[in-house]
Amino acid sequence: MTDLVTPTRPGADVAVPAPAASVRRPAGTLLAGTLLLVGLALLAAAVVALRGHGWLQAGVALAGLILAHSGASRWGRRRFGPGFDLTLWLCGAWLVLLVVAAVAAPMLGLPEHEDLTGALGEPILARPDLVTNHPLGTNNFGLDLLARVLYGARASLVTALTAVLIGMVVGGALGILAGYFRGVVDVVIGILTNALLAVPPLILLIALATVLEPTLRNISLGLATLATPSMIRMARATTIAVSQREFVTAARSMGASGPHVMLRELLPNVVLPLASYGMVMVSVLIVAEASLSFLGLGIQAPAPSWGNMIAEGEGTVFRDHPHIVLVPGTVLFLTVFSFNCLGERARRRFDPRRSQLEEA
Amino acid sequence: MSAVPMRTLQAEDRATVLQVDDLHTVIRTPRGPVRAVDGVSLTLRRGETLGLVGESGSGKSVLGRSIMGLYRSGSTMSVTGRVLFEGRDVQAMQAAELRALWGSGIGMVFQDPLTALNPVKRIGRHLTETLRRHQTISVRQARVRAIELLGLVGIPDPRRRVEQYPHELSGGMRQRVVIAMALANDPALVIADEPTTALDVTVQRQILDLLDDLRTELGLAILLISHNLGVVAGRAERVAVMYGGRIVETAAAGDVFAAPAHPYTGALLAAIPRLADPAHRRLRAIDGTPPDLVSPPVGCRFAPRCPAAQDDCRTAQPVLTDLATEARAGGSGDGVLNAHRAACLHPNLGAEPRPSDQGVR
Ligand SMILES: Nc1ncnc2c1ncn2[C@@H]1O[C@H](COP(=O)(O)OP(=O)(O)OP(=O)(O)O)[C@@H](O)[C@H]1O
Ligand code: SF4
Ligand SMILES: [Mg+2]
Repeated sequence: MTDLVTPTRPGADVAVPAPAASVRRPAGTLLAGTLLLVGLALLAAAVVALRGHGWLQAGVALAGLILAHSGASRWGRRRFGPGFDLTLWLCGAWLVLLVVAAVAAPMLGLPEHEDLTGALGEPILARPDLVTNHPLGTNNFGLDLLARVLYGARASLVTALTAVLIGMVVGGALGILAGYFRGVVDVVIGILTNALLAVPPLILLIALATVLEPTLRNISLGLATLATPSMIRMARATTIAVSQREFVTAARSMGASGPHVMLRELLPNVVLPLASYGMVMVSVLIVAEASLSFLGLGIQAPAPSWGNMIAEGEGTVFRDHPHIVLVPGTVLFLTVFSFNCLGERARRRFDPRRSQLEEA
Repeated sequence: MSAVPMRTLQAEDRATVLQVDDLHTVIRTPRGPVRAVDGVSLTLRRGETLGLVGESGSGKSVLGRSIMGLYRSGSTMSVTGRVLFEGRDVQAMQAAELRALWGSGIGMVFQDPLTALNPVKRIGRHLTETLRRHQTISVRQARVRAIELLGLVGIPDPRRRVEQYPHELSGGMRQRVVIAMALANDPALVIADEPTTALDVTVQRQILDLLDDLRTELGLAILLISHNLGVVAGRAERVAVMYGGRIVETAAAGDVFAAPAHPYTGALLAAIPRLADPAHRRLRAIDGTPPDLVSPPVGCRFAPRCPAAQDDCRTAQPVLTDLATEARAGGSGDGVLNAHRAACLHPNLGAEPRPSDQGVR
């Protein structure tokens, strides 16, 4: 764009901004580098030198992380342009790390996470200390929190992702049918959707949990009933918006049948917004699963889940040993935040109301 | 590019492709029934272009879609009258018959090539899907044919284009793709609904010339819909002018340009944009707004805006009538189809002949 405009616009002096930028550049890079290094130094100091200082160690480590983040983000914007979003990359990195670690958990040689007899010799309620055998500490049975967090991630991610997938398939199909046929089909599906949405989600879950065995499959199905109605709405709205575009009439005017229009013309346009909405939905469902387990209705202890791990902080435990709650809480927060962050970004990109994909 | 070579053919020699008799399309809306098409008759023969011209909202698109059978009687609208495509009543067809007709018998070219292509589908898929729907050919054959078709509509390097997505093509190129899609299964009739309105002037001319070349080459019948008389000038053999859901004047193109009888046609002629005008200029010569098709005015629908209106215009509904040929100098009516007819109580019979070279050429 600019290289087309600049030469034709009279009086535009392209040479002016350049020196200013090149003067600012080294200073900016220096600042970014300093922030990054100081941050990392604080973090290292907290891990190694402040061992056993509890809150102070956590505080210094947090400050170090914040400084390092701001330094790295400045540096990234200079290096890769103003569109660079470090938080987004960190979110992606966190999720990749979490998934890989959760999948590989049995092969990591971690201390015992579930079997109480296997943890008999371990210290109980050990504080997090990155340079020991229990980097995130242990609980009151001596079970390793890092191992429990990773095995808990398996339960959380499997249930939430399965539920979202079911929701996308079922909700997407119903939504497209409703949006394509309108009329009676739309009314029937609309009543179903509204009925499901009318029940407060947690109450619905608790009701389901009281009649169903708390297995991974049943929890996934329960969560899927939460995901489906909003997926139906999303798919229906997108379908209606897309159906009004001329290419649908064009396809019909070339003899395309109803199923063809839905599968070949509408579906590809509905999938992207639905998938980005699914990302946000995953974060909601992780919290829902955690709530269920926290209430003792989800994954049953001693099998770990983030929700029942947080529940271990009941009573005076949280006051005396805050890490019991903070460790799973932080992991839960980071994961939910990451899914949300990526999902929101994708949603803005594929919003059906402004999805001008053709406007490259 | 003029229609003159076709004139040498006897009108009777050319098979009638489309015959529309007294077509009414009423769309039910919350405001009341919209009489979008209100008694339209027209005929289209092989190798002929009929220009259908009228302001925005005059019912051209509804007419086009009713002819195709895309609009048919149902819960939201009622279509009455007859649409005979190659002797078969389109409005009476079953859904499966219609689907077989669409794309193979009748092709449609849409106004906005930006929205007429699916943004997430490659160009090749757009063509091969319709090819394979109507013909039993392999994927490979369909692809070869798709490349041929893109070549036919003048797209350079079609081999590369089939792999691209719509947004990678310019507006003119996309419209060529839309035309290729309409032509994929050798239709006898192409309905081009404002095929150039979304394009800039030079590209407009190329697309119109392309359609005209294809008509001669493939013997197509084309219904060329536009709100601009200039667009159909020189490309249509006959012109029908539409106002408020009705055809108000129809004649051989030359007669319409040389001696517009209906005051509305005169106003449209005065509104043809000159090449010097900025693009996308609106019709400026006609004051007032088109009639509300929920409750159109009694009598002549153009009366509220007509400079020639008299008292009787507001009570009597004028019908399409032949203008007395002897009253007209230079009328070139050959056969019934080309007869100069107008729906006006006080037609302008002594119009100053107007040079017809003002159009987009
Ligand atoms: N689906 C519909 N529902 C309700 N009214 C409609 C519908 N389609 C068309 N109309 C009405 O029918 C009339 C004719 O519309 P049509 O689209 O045929 O006009 P047009 O001549 O094609 O105009 P344009 O040049 O703007 O395309 C208008 O008054 C329009 O409001
Ligand atoms: S009938 Fe009367 S109002 Fe209608 S166009 Fe003719 S002169 Fe004008
Ligand atoms: Mg139209």
